[in-house]
Amino acid sequence: MADIFDAYALADAWDEMFERPGVVRTAYEPLLAALQPMDAAELRFRADQMARSFTDRGVTYAFAGEERPWPLDLVPRILDALEWDLIQRGVAQRVRALEAYLADAYGQARAFEDGVVPWRLLLNSPHFHRAAQGIEPPNGVRVHVGGIDLVRDEEGEFRVLEDNVRVPSGVSYVIENRRAMTRMFPSLFAEQPVRPVDAYGQRLLAALRAAAPAGVTDPQVVVLTPGPSNAAYFEHALLARLMGVQLVEGHDLVCSGNRVWMRTTRGEMPVHVVYRRLDDDFLDPLHFRPDSVIGCPGILSAAQAGNVTLANAVGNGIADDKLLYTYVPDLIRYYLSEEPILPNVESYRPDEPGQLEAVLDQLDKLVVKPVDGAGGQGIVIGPHADRPTLDRLRKEVAADPRGWIAQRPVALSTSPTLATGGVSPRHIDLRPFAVNDGNDVWVLPGGLTRVALQEGNLIVNSSQGGGSKDTWVLAQAPEITDPEPSAATYESGTPEVAPRQLGPSGHRAALNGEQEGQQQ
Amino acid sequence: MNDIILSRIAEALTWTGRYVERADATARILDAYLHRLLEDPWRDEDAACRSLYAILGLNAPGDQHCDMQQVLDSLAFDARSTGSIEGALGAARLNARSAREAVSSEMWECLNSTWHALGEQRTAARRTGPYAYLALVRRRAALFFGLTDSTMSRDDSWRFVVLGRSLERVDMTVRLLSVRVLDAAHAPDWPTLLSASGADEAFARVYGGFGDTSRVAEFLLLDRDFPRSALHALTTAEECLAALGNPRHDAARQPIGRMRTRLEYLESGTLEEALPRLLGDLQKACMASAEAVAERFFPYQGAIEWAQEGA
Repeated sequence: MADIFDAYALADAWDEMFERPGVVRTAYEPLLAALQPMDAAELRFRADQMARSFTDRGVTYAFAGEERPWPLDLVPRILDALEWDLIQRGVAQRVRALEAYLADAYGQARAFEDGVVPWRLLLNSPHFHRAAQGIEPPNGVRVHVGGIDLVRDEEGEFRVLEDNVRVPSGVSYVIENRRAMTRMFPSLFAEQPVRPVDAYGQRLLAALRAAAPAGVTDPQVVVLTPGPSNAAYFEHALLARLMGVQLVEGHDLVCSGNRVWMRTTRGEMPVHVVYRRLDDDFLDPLHFRPDSVIGCPGILSAAQAGNVTLANAVGNGIADDKLLYTYVPDLIRYYLSEEPILPNVESYRPDEPGQLEAVLDQLDKLVVKPVDGAGGQGIVIGPHADRPTLDRLRKEVAADPRGWIAQRPVALSTSPTLATGGVSPRHIDLRPFAVNDGNDVWVLPGGLTRVALQEGNLIVNSSQGGGSKDTWVLAQAPEITDPEPSAATYESGTPEVAPRQLGPSGHRAALNGEQEGQQQ
Repeated sequence: MNDIILSRIAEALTWTGRYVERADATARILDAYLHRLLEDPWRDEDAACRSLYAILGLNAPGDQHCDMQQVLDSLAFDARSTGSIEGALGAARLNARSAREAVSSEMWECLNSTWHALGEQRTAARRTGPYAYLALVRRRAALFFGLTDSTMSRDDSWRFVVLGRSLERVDMTVRLLSVRVLDAAHAPDWPTLLSASGADEAFARVYGGFGDTSRVAEFLLLDRDFPRSALHALTTAEECLAALGNPRHDAARQPIGRMRTRLEYLESGTLEEALPRLLGDLQKACMASAEAVAERFFPYQGAIEWAQEGA
């Protein structure tokens, strides 16, 4: 039988769905069975419907100055229970280690004294803020939300590509992707138990409330957004809505007496926890960039005084610096006395003696990244780069070795993706989201799978024309818990049927025939 | 002139309001249930479908396994039953047509075009799932009530439409909660109940998130500001009846007014205990009121049969 997977040719990478041509991995069997009867036109029809629904709901992103519907591919990415267990433990471990590092770096600096991490890494970091030194987070949490980017290498092993502990974004797309898939493609969910993602808002709110300054019994949480023109504004609004809290802009807040207030029609109301979705640099013009008009003057002093909690904390950038990334496995051993569950991608540190030369020698075989880049900007993939690019890169790296890291190019795993003319392999990554409430690091089942929509492309960022996939974590065994019988439960298992009032259905049968006959 | 309405018209207007609200609420409930079912890996399809039947007042098919397709066929697509979306919208359309000069043309066109659009959406729903169908129903119901709001004078005709809608609202909210209270084992979780009432965001705003779930019942019954709460709908119904009828000894207003005061002064601490009885009483009050409205404003005469003298 001809189907959309017939022409599927595996790329030179780990394929998520097929073991080898024609042989599907176990977790994907029901999915394949559901998709096989459909032709490309049918899939295209659903994809168009999906795009329209995203546009209507305002789930869009800015690409080249245009509002485009969020690109969601119809073929989900599936993680079985075992794979997820590994990822979940690995991500939580990583977040715990980074928390410990942040507490140390802004505290006793043991890791530097003990020689685990060189001092210069901290002191040279543009994100090391003296202002953060005096802020002791009430429940010890600085990474309230973390996003750890993972890739799967040629052997099928998950590796960490980078850590995001400042303002990781994308979780709204996880929630919207699931919503769209269950509505546009309900038949796919029929055969497999997929773990839900809708608990995120509740978890986040609980973590933010737990981070409130000591002594506040009913903390007022707000989400601080740069405003509607920000690319992630949709996400900020969604999170505020899911948590039922105010979405504020900088000028909605006012600081006085080292406290933060929001301006309301009922006067100024106290604010205790600010889930801020803007960078440190823009947060407070009194401490950081004085030209920031989206921040709130004085908010940092309020945080230093312990009257407001900023989530994530100020100064977290020292922990997701890409050069620090190369030390995270050591940090896990040092702080947690554990072996890393998820390995890094093999990396070079050009700022160490001897390594700069090694990097420069094989620039055309490595991936070189600025330590401070976001959204895939500034990354040069050696094997794909042309000569002028490499020459320019060579000069830049030699001039500022601290500003770059180099990595072995990983052939990111591929997943079948709807492209023009059928389904083709495209490279994907995974960003799981972790929420730390101080007692426990909870990882949202799944995360955001991003997909590079151009053939062979390895950069999956949506700002670089990437798409996404709904990410399914299969539930292990059905955990059917017997609900406790409450006093009100009826003896019989079947619910009572409440009677229904009926009205006239509009036509009076007796009259109808006669009414019809009265026109001449 | 505007003060006088034919009894027949009043009845048609009341039921137009009721049926549109019923279609709207049914669409919301089905949407919340079906998608919750898809998103929950530990689902029990049969139990969930049976609880849907119970909420919507239909008998579940005997011993055989219930699935979503069956539910949609009988609760959404069945044009012969006014307990289903299609039947309710069809009946609303016919009622509006029989009161054609009392409803505005825009309202009538809204119902008529909706009715004609359903067939196509039904076919599409069988192919790609019910989401678009249910979304259409919700949008058109909102359009209809928006037009009621903006094209009808605030006269008695308008009051009958709003009265019908309010009574149906109370009824639907009570039905949702009843299943949860009387048969927790098969009932949906609290967040599903909230989204089935379109109340999830309003709830999150009032209670600052989710957490304490017994508050959902409190919200859906007692919230003063949320239009689908039982208290709010009762208050609206009572206002309509007060304007329509005799201020004293009003048999239609009395059961509703009593329930409203009972809800208003209920201590929320005792709610959980009182809930099963309260829900039963609410349902009875709505029925009694609807019957009294019918008796007073549109008593059913029955077709008069004439007999030949001396035959």
